[in-house]
Amino acid sequence: MSHHVLSLLVEDKPGLLTRVAGLFARRGFNIESLAVGHSEIAGLSRITVVVDVDELPLEQVTKQLNKLINVIKIVELDQTQSVQREHMLIKVRVDGSTRSQILESVNLFRARVVDVAPDALVIEVTGDSGKVQAFLRILEPYGIREIAQSGLLAIGRGSKSITERVPKG
Amino acid sequence: MPASPTPTPHAPSAAAPSTPELLTGAEAVVRTLELLGVTDVFGLPGGAILPVYDPLMDSKKLRHILVRHEQGAGHAAEGYASSSNRVGVCIATSGPGATNLVTAIADAHMDSVPMLAITGQVFSTLMGTDAFQEADIVGITMPITKHSFLVKDASEIPATIEAAYHIASTGRPGPVLVDITKDAQQATVPFIWPPKRDLPGYRPVTKAHGKQIQAAAQLIAESKKPVLYVGGGIIRAQASAELLTLAEFIGAPIVTTLMARGAFPDSNDLNVGMPGMHGTVPAVLSLQESDLVVSLGARFDDRVTGKAALFAPNAKVVHVDIDPAEISKIRVADVPIVGDLKDVLVDLLTAYREATAADDLVGTERFGAWWKYLNDLREEFPLGYTKPEDGLLSPQHVIQRIGEITGPEAVYAAGVGQHQMWAAQFIKYERPNAWLNSGGAGTMGYSVPAAMGAKVAQPDRVVWAIDGDGCFQMTNQELATCTINNIPIKVAIINNSSLGMVRQWQTLFYDGRYSNTNLNTGHDSIRIPDFVKLADAYGALGIRVTKESEVDAAIKLALETNDRPVVIDFVVSADAMVWPMVPQGVSNSYVQYARDHSPTWDDDLAETGRVETSLRTVIGGNE
Repeated sequence: MSHHVLSLLVEDKPGLLTRVAGLFARRGFNIESLAVGHSEIAGLSRITVVVDVDELPLEQVTKQLNKLINVIKIVELDQTQSVQREHMLIKVRVDGSTRSQILESVNLFRARVVDVAPDALVIEVTGDSGKVQAFLRILEPYGIREIAQSGLLAIGRGSKSITERVPKG
Repeated sequence: MPASPTPTPHAPSAAAPSTPELLTGAEAVVRTLELLGVTDVFGLPGGAILPVYDPLMDSKKLRHILVRHEQGAGHAAEGYASSSNRVGVCIATSGPGATNLVTAIADAHMDSVPMLAITGQVFSTLMGTDAFQEADIVGITMPITKHSFLVKDASEIPATIEAAYHIASTGRPGPVLVDITKDAQQATVPFIWPPKRDLPGYRPVTKAHGKQIQAAAQLIAESKKPVLYVGGGIIRAQASAELLTLAEFIGAPIVTTLMARGAFPDSNDLNVGMPGMHGTVPAVLSLQESDLVVSLGARFDDRVTGKAALFAPNAKVVHVDIDPAEISKIRVADVPIVGDLKDVLVDLLTAYREATAADDLVGTERFGAWWKYLNDLREEFPLGYTKPEDGLLSPQHVIQRIGEITGPEAVYAAGVGQHQMWAAQFIKYERPNAWLNSGGAGTMGYSVPAAMGAKVAQPDRVVWAIDGDGCFQMTNQELATCTINNIPIKVAIINNSSLGMVRQWQTLFYDGRYSNTNLNTGHDSIRIPDFVKLADAYGALGIRVTKESEVDAAIKLALETNDRPVVIDFVVSADAMVWPMVPQGVSNSYVQYARDHSPTWDDDLAETGRVETSLRTVIGGNE
């Protein structure tokens, strides 16, 4: 099994997410992460989905997704040919003795502190999943109270766009 | 009467008036169906669809047939579509009305039947409140429709129904559901026709890649033991004529799956029969022993392949389908071809002619040794049956006589189970759309309503429902619909007083422990219900047949009776079994010709606990 990042351009219709998620569940494919948002074209949304499957089942997933009437386009984004980012908010325990060490790690990872309390910090970190996981490991000894994580977002490198040749409007 | 067998009006001709007419949403539903060329709909009204039923009463172009259960409407729409290649339309109200359609929708989805299901929905303001007769039918049917729409705005009704009709009838056909809220039906808006179709994500591929077709032709030209594996796609693509031309030129054996019975004439010598769990020995082994499987609109269903990993182990595969997702789903294709069979078969013939132009041997001569092997199998293992030992009527004889006396121009709609397999085996099909059944879903109760729908679509043809006593009791209420609406179908109940196929498995795999399969409708039982009395109650002609000598006369009387439906209660032996058979979950090489005529089971099979007394090896594995 291996990770695959699929970027779906879809019509922004009610129930669309149910159709996509239901298809994965029904056909027995696992969704590792899912991120949904608008695209640059009104009425079209973009779903980034990470699946953990072999090559052949991946082909089947893609074909089945393509059969959904509201799915306009599917692109697999290769790690080397795309920028891939996760976003995480981490609430970590602090006290007088650990605050400076934690802030040092925040700087090293180019993360940001977005909320401060006497006994906790909320830190925002963005990066590929390796970096985010590494940062979590560094913070772990201090006591992680809570995390909230987005699905992976990905976009192809270079000037090409997934919405090319898609009728606008 | 249908003006044309395949009306798919993409750009309807009705000229739009300069100021659009004002119609209610309900009137727009009726008008849209009329403009799409729909002439018959099956349905049953209720609160949330009531507005549509009012203008429906005045329509001169739409015949609405009031069913007794919405499942009947769904299967009738399927039978209508499958017998005529038109889109079948059914209508139901919200909640239970809509959920009663679900089985038929799932059935149409499995068998790629073009169907449009229109359901009423509660007021949009009440949706999500658990309102009276509210069900999320769009959500419920998402996994079993090609697509589904919810309409809350009257102005969207024409475009949505037109899009649904288009989706249902193009590409790989299938059921599409349009759920319309009651307020959308009641609102008055300008009716705009033709609507603008906005389906950016729907572009079925129809023209196949030329290189792939050449590669396929080359593989056929190089093969020694090819077989054309023909599925229901040939019938949906209306490509039987193209198939005949291609097959006769190539001269390779053909197998027609359960869904493809009639896609290629049974009388043609190239046809070696139906493959699969209850296929003929030559058909099963032609696939299993082949070096090239050319799949045409088939999908490698488990009932055809047996254990898929052991299916046709030495064969390369050419897979033609209009649905890309079917290709390499079960068996990896060496040459995948996505396209419309009607075009692909023509192109493939041209390519094959070119690929073999320089060869001396033509047609069947190319495959002499292969044909010798298959013809020997045909001779040794012809399709047949033995008379039941209890001396009761043989179900196979009844079904065979129905086919022989009625002939290939009729339509035969089967239920699900033993009688379905016998009807697939012992009736000879010569034309597409003559054989209707629930292949993928295996829906008991399909037969009577499907036959009703077929008779509405094809009023000039004799339509037989070949049903079982179990199946018949699931949907026989539609006999009332048939009698009242002058839809004179003929029902043959193959009454073995039990859920026969389940009973067969209990005989073979559960030591004859008949748990809950006795229905008490047949020989030596209390006959609840009495099918002849039931027929009489429904205003149909009821006939009971218990002896072989009565069979032909009853069939002839049924054929002569056209002023009402006919129900023949053929009381048959419960012990008759469907043969040949490949036990579930094993290689097709284990095809059993008859119970006492089996190959030697090896250890693999013994472990499954399905050990039969082996008398002698008739077909020895793959050697």
